[in-house]
Amino acid sequence: MSDAAAAHHDDHHPSGLWRWVTTTNHKDIGTLYLWFAMLMFFVGGAMALVIRGELFMPGLQFVDPQFFNSMTTLHALVMIFGVVMPAFTGLANWQIPLMVGATDMALPRMNNWSFWILPFAFAMLLSTLFMDGGAPAGGWTLYPPLTLQTGDALPFVIFSIHFMGMSSIMGAINVIATILNMRAPGMAMMKMPLFVWTWLITAFLLIAVMPVLAGGVTMLLTDKFFGTSFFNAAGGGDPVLFQHIFWFFGHPEVYILILPSFGVVSSILPTFARKPLFGYSSMVYATASIAFLSFIVWAHHMFTVGMPLAGELFFMFATMLIAVPTGVKVFNWVATMWRGSMTFETPMLFAIGFIIMFTIGGFSGLMLAIVPADFQYHDSYFVVAHFHYVLVPGSIFAIMAAVYYWLPKWTGHHYSERLGKWHFWLSTIFVNLTFFPMHFVGLAGMPRRIPDYALQFTDYNMLASVGAFGFGFAQLLFLYVVVQTVRGGEKASDECWEGAEGLEWTLPSPPPYHTFTTPPVVK
Amino acid sequence: MPAPPPTGSAAAALVIRPCPPRPPHGRRPRLRRFAGAVLSLLPALFASAAHAGWDTLNMPVGVTEISRIVYDLHMLIFWICVAIGVVVFGAMFYAILMHRKARGAVAAHFHESTAVEVIWTVIPFLILVAMAVPATATLIKMEDSRNPEMTIKITGYQWLWHYDYLDEGFGFYSYLATPRDAILDAAEKSEHYLLEVDRPLVVPTDTKIRLLITANDVLHAWWVPDLALKKDAVPGFINEMWTRIDVPGVYRGQCAELCGRDHGFMPIEVHALPPQDYQAWLAQQQAAGQ
Repeated sequence: MSDAAAAHHDDHHPSGLWRWVTTTNHKDIGTLYLWFAMLMFFVGGAMALVIRGELFMPGLQFVDPQFFNSMTTLHALVMIFGVVMPAFTGLANWQIPLMVGATDMALPRMNNWSFWILPFAFAMLLSTLFMDGGAPAGGWTLYPPLTLQTGDALPFVIFSIHFMGMSSIMGAINVIATILNMRAPGMAMMKMPLFVWTWLITAFLLIAVMPVLAGGVTMLLTDKFFGTSFFNAAGGGDPVLFQHIFWFFGHPEVYILILPSFGVVSSILPTFARKPLFGYSSMVYATASIAFLSFIVWAHHMFTVGMPLAGELFFMFATMLIAVPTGVKVFNWVATMWRGSMTFETPMLFAIGFIIMFTIGGFSGLMLAIVPADFQYHDSYFVVAHFHYVLVPGSIFAIMAAVYYWLPKWTGHHYSERLGKWHFWLSTIFVNLTFFPMHFVGLAGMPRRIPDYALQFTDYNMLASVGAFGFGFAQLLFLYVVVQTVRGGEKASDECWEGAEGLEWTLPSPPPYHTFTTPPVVK
Repeated sequence: MPAPPPTGSAAAALVIRPCPPRPPHGRRPRLRRFAGAVLSLLPALFASAAHAGWDTLNMPVGVTEISRIVYDLHMLIFWICVAIGVVVFGAMFYAILMHRKARGAVAAHFHESTAVEVIWTVIPFLILVAMAVPATATLIKMEDSRNPEMTIKITGYQWLWHYDYLDEGFGFYSYLATPRDAILDAAEKSEHYLLEVDRPLVVPTDTKIRLLITANDVLHAWWVPDLALKKDAVPGFINEMWTRIDVPGVYRGQCAELCGRDHGFMPIEVHALPPQDYQAWLAQQQAAGQ
């Protein structure tokens, strides 16, 4: 074999389906994660539309209350574990090696494995829809004793969560190993792009808390099938213990779902403002502080559970503190835009939409921290409005911003700017139409997770339902734009964007199958 | 046999809080009714804005000292957030308008300023302290359930409530009163659709009432917005809250913790009577119980 042939040996890979099953290439695996998230986005979205269809007007029109509860439960599990987390892992797979100048992820075989667990986990989760006793209907928080009333589905839900956890932990190990070991010469930690930084911190959060969730749900399993009484007061246990375990996982999880978005937005704003990110190091420290604080605020999800005054005060103060580093981030983004030379291509629009609507979600989050007022907000639609603001126009908008931003790099084609802007404006209008009225009905007294409601909540529920269907159908446009861009379009240059800086923009668009086989040198 | 809900003079004393009426839905084919509802959306909105006003938009001020303090606290934090939002978004929109390439803006190159960073770390911190002070004071007040004048135990079941008047030694179950047909759109929906029960919790006004709460099967939560009371009902454990209602009236709420299939169908109805009317009601209950 000649040297030249040997040098290109690795470029050969199986084609067709087998390529995707056996791939260890970070770009292929990133693509798999992103398409999986896209598929699940429509599955979880369809469930949301069942919910909003039923809630369009008072009375029961379409579904049984038990099935309604299954929809709220599965919608959350699918959107969190099947959409936001895989989408971010997909972005990490594609971008981290390109951004730090590595040839691939550090552990490519494990990378394949961590993706391919997911389709099985979700097949198992969604198969519960067809089981005796129905799909899990106790809420995604899985609180006992209600969750223990689940029928045949219970062990399947729990095992699927175990699988999702394994997948996330392996993905996180891979991210950490790559970032710590495979940076190009000269790329000091404090020179890494913020997307890499935020993912590094997110990966540590994942490794810290996914085992806690796995432990908690395993205790549910043994309570149900092996006669333990962890959460059963009659056997000396405590149902509230599960809530502490769950939220010790759950609150860091909230930041797992948002920190990579901060990284995405911090990458996009400087490009389209043609100005360096303001306060790089304070952004890093703010991210680390948020991650630290996320471990000591969990009980703010359970203020009404009957805690001692001292506990309530501690968790209130700690929660309020999170506003400080989060505020620093928002101020830094505004300062990055200030006196820039801005243009407003689709990624920039989504990034700005993210900042505004995430901040609205941050404000309602601050209100929720105030314990006396939280007694009114807790488990009402106000909470539903809050977490959807930080997750939909928050995390999901950031993911879309990232897709529009890096799609020209990945595919070598520019997407249709006209359609991208249509997608942004339709999404923004409908997402607000969906979630803003939820603040009102929540404050006026509508509890969450109910399939039918009192008559005074009708008007805002109708608005929210109209918004939800509009938002759902607007996402078909997103699918169309992505498919169109993959199939062809205007050629993208290496740099793709006028103001883009970073190692990924020094590569051809699309990048070759293997990149940085000779490490670049960062000055 | 339990006595019927209060009638006569007691009922006349009740102040029914206004609830925006909705046009009743007759028995029409499902799709046509749906289409009709879509078309009536905008007029209905305007009508509700005109009639209902603040009530459907915001937290109720409520009828206890605590609920009023909570409302004020809620509005205080809300306006602080609005003020911060105006400043931050104002700066951002100014930049979006003025610092755009299309207007010939040339990018500056600054990317750091320790002074600015310190300022926008310290100022938010001070604002938070200003919020924490009244919040802490209110919370301490809310958690002080000492010296109650009477005690009622609330037990959550799938899917109804049970009320025990511990001092008087009697109790009763409280079920949803809305007929099944109304829920299935086969009958007209009443004004208090889903918020009406067969036997309400009757309590005196101007009395410090301690409420003990637990559950018999799964978690529930007892929530009456007008009283600013919400607490989880945990099987095997007893939680505590208290209230002192200033205004006689009917106050409605719902279970707030997912508790299974009919979680949305276990409402709470509290009738607050002036103390003498409450005593009359109590005598009636005890007579009926013997």
